[in-house]
Amino acid sequence: MRKPIKSYLFVVTLLTVASVLLSACAAPATPAPTPIPPTAAPPTAAPTKPPTTAATAAQPTPAPTATATPKPTGAPLVVTSKELNIYAWSEYIPQELLDAFAKEYKVKVNYDTYASNEELMAKLQAGKTNYDVIIPSDYTVGILSAQQMLEPIDLDHMPNFANVDDQFKNASYDPGNKYSVPYQWGSVGIAVNTAKVTKPITKFADLWDPSFKGKLVVLDDEREIIGMALLVLGFDKNSTDPAQLDAAKKKLIELKPNIKLYDSDSPKTALLTGEAVAGVVWNGEASLAHQENDKIAYVLPAEGMGLWYDNMAVPKGAPHKDAAMAFINFVLRPDMSILITKAFPYSSVNKAALELLKTQDPDTYKSYMAYPATNPPADAVKNGKIVKDVGDATTLWDKVWTEVKGGS
Amino acid sequence: MLKTVRERPSLQGLVLISPTMFWLIAFLLVPSALIVVISFGARGSYGNVVYTFKLDNYVRLVNAEYGHILWDSTWIALLTTVACILAGYPLAYFIARSHPTRRSLFMFLILVPFWTNFLIRIYAWMIILRGEGVLNAVMTWLGLMNTSLGQWLFSQVQLYTPGAVLVGMVYEFLPFMILPLYTSLEKLDPSLLEAAADLGARPWRAFLRVTLPLSLPGIIAGSILVFIPAMGMFVVPDLMGGAKTVLVGNLIRNQFFTARDWPFGSAASMVLMALTLVVTLIYTRTFGFGEELVP
Amino acid sequence: MNERERTRPGRWLTLYAIAAYLYIYLPIFFLVLFSFNTSKFSVAMQGLTLRWYGDLFNDKAIWQATTNTLIVAITSTIFSTIVGTAAAIGLHRYNFRGKGFSEATLYIPVIIPEVVMGIALLAFFGQVGLTLGLPTIIIAHIAFSIPFVVLTVRARLQGMDRSVEEAAMDLGANEVVTFWRITLPLIMPGVLSGALLAFTLSLDDYIITLFTAGPGSTTLPLRVFSMLKQAVTPKVNALSSLWILVILVALLLSQRLQPRRG
Repeated sequence: MRKPIKSYLFVVTLLTVASVLLSACAAPATPAPTPIPPTAAPPTAAPTKPPTTAATAAQPTPAPTATATPKPTGAPLVVTSKELNIYAWSEYIPQELLDAFAKEYKVKVNYDTYASNEELMAKLQAGKTNYDVIIPSDYTVGILSAQQMLEPIDLDHMPNFANVDDQFKNASYDPGNKYSVPYQWGSVGIAVNTAKVTKPITKFADLWDPSFKGKLVVLDDEREIIGMALLVLGFDKNSTDPAQLDAAKKKLIELKPNIKLYDSDSPKTALLTGEAVAGVVWNGEASLAHQENDKIAYVLPAEGMGLWYDNMAVPKGAPHKDAAMAFINFVLRPDMSILITKAFPYSSVNKAALELLKTQDPDTYKSYMAYPATNPPADAVKNGKIVKDVGDATTLWDKVWTEVKGGS
Repeated sequence: MLKTVRERPSLQGLVLISPTMFWLIAFLLVPSALIVVISFGARGSYGNVVYTFKLDNYVRLVNAEYGHILWDSTWIALLTTVACILAGYPLAYFIARSHPTRRSLFMFLILVPFWTNFLIRIYAWMIILRGEGVLNAVMTWLGLMNTSLGQWLFSQVQLYTPGAVLVGMVYEFLPFMILPLYTSLEKLDPSLLEAAADLGARPWRAFLRVTLPLSLPGIIAGSILVFIPAMGMFVVPDLMGGAKTVLVGNLIRNQFFTARDWPFGSAASMVLMALTLVVTLIYTRTFGFGEELVP
Repeated sequence: MNERERTRPGRWLTLYAIAAYLYIYLPIFFLVLFSFNTSKFSVAMQGLTLRWYGDLFNDKAIWQATTNTLIVAITSTIFSTIVGTAAAIGLHRYNFRGKGFSEATLYIPVIIPEVVMGIALLAFFGQVGLTLGLPTIIIAHIAFSIPFVVLTVRARLQGMDRSVEEAAMDLGANEVVTFWRITLPLIMPGVLSGALLAFTLSLDDYIITLFTAGPGSTTLPLRVFSMLKQAVTPKVNALSSLWILVILVALLLSQRLQPRRG
């Protein structure tokens, strides 16, 4: 063993020297993509076929005024690509939809999955991935677009964009829908098993009650949970103030005895087995739990429920851009969008699809409209708090989370 | 040229090892060098890497909080290793002593569950250890849950407790302990034990003085194969323990994902690797190195 | 080992072994049981159905993932076994410059945290411009399998008697023939164990595969883990059950076909 030790020291020294040298001639490329200037080429024209008539007068990017919602003008593009690579959450796009698209456009659809936005970003930041369509959440769109990692959306050839409910267009993280088109949205709220909890729960602060000792399930998500503590203390959910974050940390440490487990993946399980009687969960989880046990209610907290929006986007350099744009347009068709709403328990962005649901399946429509997890009332949405990228304070947030979980 | 290679043994050695070395240098050393470089960098505003040369990340690690995390991870890894030795030794002994034709079958049977999906296995354990799960049902049926002892026992391994984490960890790492142990024990010459018996040693004494020392290489090798990966393991503690603790694996993973602070994550990884190396070296220096890693 | 000299395992030991195997197979039993569950969530048995097996056969994505997993596992196992065996022989028999360095390098995949290796490869492939896909996954799997093969084969070599080889060479066989006819059969148990280990490690690998996979190259572990968010439906239980069934049948057959050793 003596020889390997010496050689190991040699290897380590070699690596350190190499790294010093390498960093001295600081390599500018990946995994730290320097901002690539956006390509000047107009994205409207398909590679070989001329655009269909109505689109001939299109400008490079749809040019709305700073606040007006963009208006698509043209018919969809003709697609020449033979393949489409989708990278999205698992169980997020119904197979029926994918098959229908594949059939209509004669395209082979590959569907890869990730389990978090950060996974998506890590992959994209490291280099060329060959994905055509991704479904990033709100703040992720902001981060990716700021780093010029998204293709502009070809709204001119996306007539179905008109089906998107106006309240979802022109979001703060992507004004003018330059880089993204809404896919689904939802909330983060309080799930309560009303059979086991008799006290009325109306706000996050209620969860600190000692009667919940060891009975809560909360998301394993630092932005939502630290954010919750900040809201309870009356601060901004996306605060970067170290003093406020420290206060939030202390508040969360007070909550710790009540927390039975952290679970972002399947918090409904704990609710269904009775290991937790209440918790902070995604609306989808609450919906699914409610389907199995209708005593599980979903409460939108007074301090402000969490709001999230998932969007379709096209990574820069996507090999099948035309198919990607066509796919996005396809998804927005009411008969396709309705498949999404029927299959998954989140909230729809597509007003045309909801209209279709009303006529096609009134029972599902009624329960969709009645349940706050799928259809929160307008004032709750107004009061909703979205997660925003906190930039450099991200490391501070992470430190707080580590200290909350790790200490004691 | 073949003639030259034939005549020079050292060249033969080099030829044999060159494909391996090429692969490892290209796809392990060079990528690792990249990580070392990144560990001296800084985090850009969007979570990208800014290449500079700063020791900040390493300095940041010198902190009571991270020391605590390291301690927790080491402790779990240690417990798992010891538990695996205690649980695995008798089983390895059993297999080594079984009929020769059955031995490989028994060994194989230990590995078969590991060809299923890791997550599903853990989920199955969650079903068993839940508050109102299988174990509870069985213990209730046996009347054990009426006793305070039974209740206490259950509360120690119930899901979302450290006990449950240990059950899961041992389950996942047991084969890595059993394989090398089995190799050692299988090579044991039974005539040595006969000789010990002839000299008047009782079975227990023979075990302590003959079998145990001779199987030491297997114990060492098994310990290394369990302890090192256990240090970095976080999925089992997260699922079985309810994600209530932050271990080194969680910390590193968070840096590369949630915090998008690759430089800090890289620095933490370097420290973890250095620590693992030190512990392994101390261990093998003291006890010798186990040649029997597998049959 | 002479049959007469083998001391049979005692009663207590056998009992313990049975208990140990029960412990090992207990979750497998439930895994299989819940593949027949009517409820989508593996929380409590609500009824029996074959529905998930039917769903499984229609799920193209899972079969694609299974195919990918097998391709990666088989390819990486074959390659790493061949290369690793050669390296083991080289390290065992010869002394050459850089031997210490080689041995040290072989330790790295053992001590490196998986996340780090994954990220390192991701960054590396990005820098080099290699597109992510099945080839990059295979490259990564070979990289982490080789050391295990080397260690395994080397352990076996250490127990081997060289005199047989030397006898063969004295009788006129050259290195290649000696290796093929003498050495290889002798170390075969070690080689097979190494291959088995490499295969097992590759089948269930998640983290490293996560970072090196590209479009259309999802493997089974990736697919299952990403199903976590919604629900890991019993479809996956069904798949695992079928898998186990196939393996156990193959095992039993091989036992039957094996000649009884006196």
